[in-house]
Amino acid sequence: MNAVRSLAAPFLPFSAAVLAAALLFALFLAAQGFPALEALELVVEGAYGSSFAWQNTLSRAAPLMLTALCVALPARAGLVIIGGEGALAVGALAAAVVPAACAGWPALPVHLLMAAAGFIAGGAWIALSAWLRHARGINETISSLLLAYIGIALFNFLVEGVLRDPASLNKPSTTPLAESFLIGAMPGMEVHWGLFWGVLICLVMGFVVRQTVFGFAVGVVGGNPRAAMMAGLPVGGLILAACFLGGGAAGLAGMLEVAAVHGSANAALLAGYGYAGILVSFAARHNPLGIIACAILVGGIGASGSLLQRRIDLPDAATLVLQGGLFVALLAFETLNRKGVRRV
Amino acid sequence: MDPLTHSLTAADLQHRGAAVEAFRVTKRFGAFTALDAVSMKVEAGSFHCLLGENGAGKSTLVKCLVGYHPPEEGGFMVDGREHDIRSPRDAQRLRIGMVYQHFTLAPGMTVAENLLLARGDLPLRIDWRHEKAALAAFLDSTPFRLDLNALVADLAAGEKQKLEILKQLYLGQRLLILDEPTSVLTPGEADEVLGLLHGMTRDGRLTVLMISHKFREVSAYGDGVTILRRGKLAGSGRVGELSTAEMAEMMVGSSVAVSSGRRRCAADQTQAIGEIRLDVEGLHADNDRGTPSVRGLDLSVRAGEIVGVAGVAGNGQKELVEVLLGQRQASAGQVRVAGEDYQASRAQMRRHGVFSLPEEPLRNACVPAMSVAENMGLRDFDIAPYAGGWLSLGFLRRRALSRRAKALIEAFGVRPDDPATAIENLSGGNVQRAVLARELSGPVKLLVVANPVFGLDFAATEAIHRRLDQARNEGAAILLVSEDLDELLELSDRIVVMSEGVIAYEALAGQADVAAIGRYMAGHGH
Repeated sequence: MNAVRSLAAPFLPFSAAVLAAALLFALFLAAQGFPALEALELVVEGAYGSSFAWQNTLSRAAPLMLTALCVALPARAGLVIIGGEGALAVGALAAAVVPAACAGWPALPVHLLMAAAGFIAGGAWIALSAWLRHARGINETISSLLLAYIGIALFNFLVEGVLRDPASLNKPSTTPLAESFLIGAMPGMEVHWGLFWGVLICLVMGFVVRQTVFGFAVGVVGGNPRAAMMAGLPVGGLILAACFLGGGAAGLAGMLEVAAVHGSANAALLAGYGYAGILVSFAARHNPLGIIACAILVGGIGASGSLLQRRIDLPDAATLVLQGGLFVALLAFETLNRKGVRRV
Repeated sequence: MDPLTHSLTAADLQHRGAAVEAFRVTKRFGAFTALDAVSMKVEAGSFHCLLGENGAGKSTLVKCLVGYHPPEEGGFMVDGREHDIRSPRDAQRLRIGMVYQHFTLAPGMTVAENLLLARGDLPLRIDWRHEKAALAAFLDSTPFRLDLNALVADLAAGEKQKLEILKQLYLGQRLLILDEPTSVLTPGEADEVLGLLHGMTRDGRLTVLMISHKFREVSAYGDGVTILRRGKLAGSGRVGELSTAEMAEMMVGSSVAVSSGRRRCAADQTQAIGEIRLDVEGLHADNDRGTPSVRGLDLSVRAGEIVGVAGVAGNGQKELVEVLLGQRQASAGQVRVAGEDYQASRAQMRRHGVFSLPEEPLRNACVPAMSVAENMGLRDFDIAPYAGGWLSLGFLRRRALSRRAKALIEAFGVRPDDPATAIENLSGGNVQRAVLARELSGPVKLLVVANPVFGLDFAATEAIHRRLDQARNEGAAILLVSEDLDELLELSDRIVVMSEGVIAYEALAGQADVAAIGRYMAGHGH
């Protein structure tokens, strides 16, 4: 009985939060005269009701898994990073400039180069916040958010400026990737390979965090930096490394959006995956394995948007309301799992 | 008339200070007796000092008096009548007020606003013109001078302390209790504030009871003194009649402590002391607020000796230990371990066998949310047999960590004996044992220890002392920082006194003069 309870305990606040968010969402809609129950049914149907819905959900879950790691890995080191959107933007930008120099190459090395460029750019972007925190004592949550604005501005500046493809008239974009450089769908489904990489990287990070010396050392730094210093661990280096890996994952999400979804870097790519990743990571309690499931949940909410719009004429932003409600409810219900008096 | 508005008029400060007597006050916290039948007599209109080391029970006694902890036995007499003080409200009714060590002011508000806030019975609309005039009249009736319109955030520490005192006078207190009022002041500010209070007692308008461990202030301003030691009355008398040396001896040591210190030295002094393991030269370090805390400290510890660092808390010991542990950056000076410049890196700790038992182990030496097994692995999780595998990634062998933890738990008697328990769920003594097990199971060459038995019961204390002694006999160099002089006298081969960030006194334990140690601890050498 006790074993059951302790196994169920972590899921209790999560389930309660999902229920509370659904209730809030229904009340919000009912207050405006929308059919609330039907809307909730449509969210489920639009997310998981058909193979088409599943494909839509999984395509959205793929980048979410990677941007969630941009929150989860720094969180292991005790940092609250919320600037994944910026890492995604600079990652996409870096990845988008690679193919121009590789005309006529086979696809694989180009993809590897693009992935490396996206990873390094995103990683450096978040590592900058970590460095500011470690060396200058600047709050990493705020600096990462501000850096995200800078990253997005840089993205727009370059995409609408020097990197703009003159042929892109209404929608400023970088030069489209050659057909051969596009990342296609996985066999037997219409979901692109990004899903495979998202799941694989989450699994690898789950292993790194739990089973390697590096992951343990990062956990010590995050759990108590004073104890880490006493044990002689290189606190700054570990924080930087964890943030670099997290930012790299978000940068990789940007690269995948370019190579598998949009075919070029343009403003449509900045659809808020970086911010939704914060929700995913918190819902998964920063556990890389839990992120896979939570990304599918949050991806589903996003995927249901078009169905809500078509059937009951809800604006597109309605899914954002549900997401936001879920996040607030999660933070509130987290306290359910905390026992005893809070330590100072 | 309401007693508070009543207190606003200057004429009311003419009333006399209160006479207070504590009679056999006993206070227990669980099994721990913080105060054991302590009596104290404070005469009306006198400046009385309460002396003692950290943990002697001074704060507990005054907290009983202001109603925060009603005592289990004994009681208080105010002006010759017995009063049952059960709550701060009772104390307020008797006009007993306390100024705490740390400021309780609203920094963004003015002096006048802070004074009114203290009153706590403000009307919905404040008639500022009337209140300001009343406050100005009140200020005139005291010797303190402050600008009523000044923002508290802009005041110097000495002025803030004056405002704290004014708040209590404004409430009409007849007995003012001050808990180490000068710990945040410069000597000049301290003299000014204490001098003014002293003047008010000379007029008989006020009685002051001051907690201190600075003999200089006691001799300069005190009339009577009560000295506590380990929850018991160690002595009392008039300041002029007791010498500083006598007060120091009452405060820090019984003759029992000295003899137990000698016992240990007589038995072991013959053993050869080895090479210098830890050498600190000209060390400077700032505290969290950025003010210099360690100021040019020199210290060395040799193999096979325990060097005890005595001192009143707040004289830089904490910062010194943090520098040695790698938790704080030194601002200047050098730390050498076995002759090598020491940066507290993991490689150096391993190479030179540096281990440590910091104070508050859960905060300084453990990851609270991690298991006992993981915490016991903090020193060596990254080397065989706890790590290994292909690539240079290094995979963690959790089973090996757990197996070793089981053995250590057994050897050191940690309870509960499940290595998977989160260490934050262990009691203080068991956390300390778990850390001890981790730090002493390796090849210890240098051990930095700070207040290792703080808050532990007798048996746990004995066990830890035995382990330290054993490590020393096996040739470890041990630096032991402690606020408990008896502990230092019992364990150390050499004792140094740290005062205001430097070593002020040094002696072999066998020849240490307890009274001198006390004087240097109190910043009153020579």
